Amino acid sequence: MRTPDDELTVGEMLLEAGISRRGFIQYCTAVASAMALPPWMGTAMAEQLRGAPRPSVVYLSFQECTGCLESLTRSFAPTIENLIFNTISLDYNDTLMAAAGGAAESARAKAFKDNYGRYVLVVDGSVPTGAGGAYCAAGGRSAVDTLREAAKGAAAIVCVGTCSAFGGIAFADPNPTSAWPVSAIVGDDKPIINIPGCPPIPEVMTGTLLQFVTTGKVPDLDELRRPKVFFGNTIHDRCYRRPFYDQGKFAKTFDDEGARNGWCLYELGCKGPTTYNACATVKWNGGASFPIQTGHGCIGCSEPEFWDKGSFYSALSTAAWGKWGKSGEVAPRQVLELTAGAAVVGAALGAASAGASRLRQRATERPSDNEPKGG
Amino acid sequence: MDLLGFARGPALKIAIAIFCLGVVWRIVGFALLRLGRDLNRPRASVLKFLTGGLVAVGSRSWPHPQFIPRTGAGEALGYSYHIGLFAVVLLFTPHIAFLGSLLGFVWPGLPSSLITVISVLTLTLFLAVLFRRVTNPVMRMLSNFDDYFSWLITALVLVTGLAATAHIGASYEKLLAWHVLSVDALLIWFPFGKLMHAFYIFPSRAINGAILARRGAIS
Repeated sequence: MRTPDDELTVGEMLLEAGISRRGFIQYCTAVASAMALPPWMGTAMAEQLRGAPRPSVVYLSFQECTGCLESLTRSFAPTIENLIFNTISLDYNDTLMAAAGGAAESARAKAFKDNYGRYVLVVDGSVPTGAGGAYCAAGGRSAVDTLREAAKGAAAIVCVGTCSAFGGIAFADPNPTSAWPVSAIVGDDKPIINIPGCPPIPEVMTGTLLQFVTTGKVPDLDELRRPKVFFGNTIHDRCYRRPFYDQGKFAKTFDDEGARNGWCLYELGCKGPTTYNACATVKWNGGASFPIQTGHGCIGCSEPEFWDKGSFYSALSTAAWGKWGKSGEVAPRQVLELTAGAAVVGAALGAASAGASRLRQRATERPSDNEPKGG
Repeated sequence: MDLLGFARGPALKIAIAIFCLGVVWRIVGFALLRLGRDLNRPRASVLKFLTGGLVAVGSRSWPHPQFIPRTGAGEALGYSYHIGLFAVVLLFTPHIAFLGSLLGFVWPGLPSSLITVISVLTLTLFLAVLFRRVTNPVMRMLSNFDDYFSWLITALVLVTGLAATAHIGASYEKLLAWHVLSVDALLIWFPFGKLMHAFYIFPSRAINGAILARRGAIS
């Protein structure tokens, strides 16, 4: 897929696309600001990128719905960040590339060879391991083999979307394809950056990629390998509805007065308190809105196993009694059955212990104990 | 399954089962015990015998005037943190949602920020009663492992709940998981330690009052 354009630097590409130096610096400063980097980093990032050869990116898709790529490519109008992504040398992407069949396989092999050890491997989708690797096989190769080969020559791996980061919907119960997240296949051999979300926020993807290609360093990550700058706070902490939570004002249904007044959606199942993402700050569609702002609670899509954590519409603090090992809503009838069963056993034990106590009393009792005392 | 899923799933289920089993076990075991025959001649009517029990429940809830200077403050401390605990447990919206998911109905709650203030005050009172227990020679002599462990496990629920609300020490879901686990532990310990006083306190006062009324010593 490499063209003569690949020899151009990012700055030259931007110039061709009509992006001024000032506009580019403004964009880089905004990215640096969003990532909580020092103000001078914006200019440094812009200068570094302008003179840098276009970083090679190989994009592999496994078990996914293409929502992540849709999010990335259909970001708000043709924005600068969209063009930035275009300036990256996207050497392989089986969804966007024109080639198919043998030509696509050759392109992939060439991409791996030409930039061995230098390319950024972007993966979306979980990796199926069931049926001897038959699921998601392409060109006669299993997804696991393709991923392992691609990972070997990568400078870093960026997992976009919850499927590649944590397994996503394919990993959810009953996981029919024995799917796994990328980290489970690759292990700790390569630096892995997870950008979960279903889908992730476009600016979070481009921002993370930009920082990596600019500095050559993996950003600070949390324990789930997510960039702390974007995943350092819960949605609840940054939510504009948080004051209503603190005041105890909650919407009880999706069309009640509370909902119309924009009160907190906690009781309607919002998972904001346990979800780390930048939705409440970066937002979507050029900062226009995010799910909670539209009136629906957060479903926690950037967290591991969010599909299996019970109903999206049950308050976070509710009990979750699914079948063993999985979450699920609890019904008062279940509680009644459990407590009644326990109570019957408890009553039997109580009667038995009282009976034993009476026998013990009788055995130690003297006939005179029950006789009136004199005086 | 993550820690939070375990805490509010299987662990909670087991804890509730043990709680119910233990509470019913102890209440039935207590109710079926043979009382020693009272060979005294009844000195009150059956009505006074019964009302004496009820009167004792109220009259023993506060020290006799002559003891107030010595024990009034301690009693007030005890009542205050109990009221605080009730408010926090029953009037915090996430708790109402939790209890509602088990019981099938909900009730109005207090503002979360007010609950946070009440929690901090309650925890302070908790520390105060512990201080009193440790520094007062008589209290110290009367205290055993049960007293300290029951205090610890209840305080742990408060501390983890506050930490989860304030995001102190770890991520929210981890703190929430530890909070729910501490509640699970409290439910398991409850029937077998002095926390059982929640069920015993009024019946035992009533029985004592009734026995004394029968003997003509209405308190």
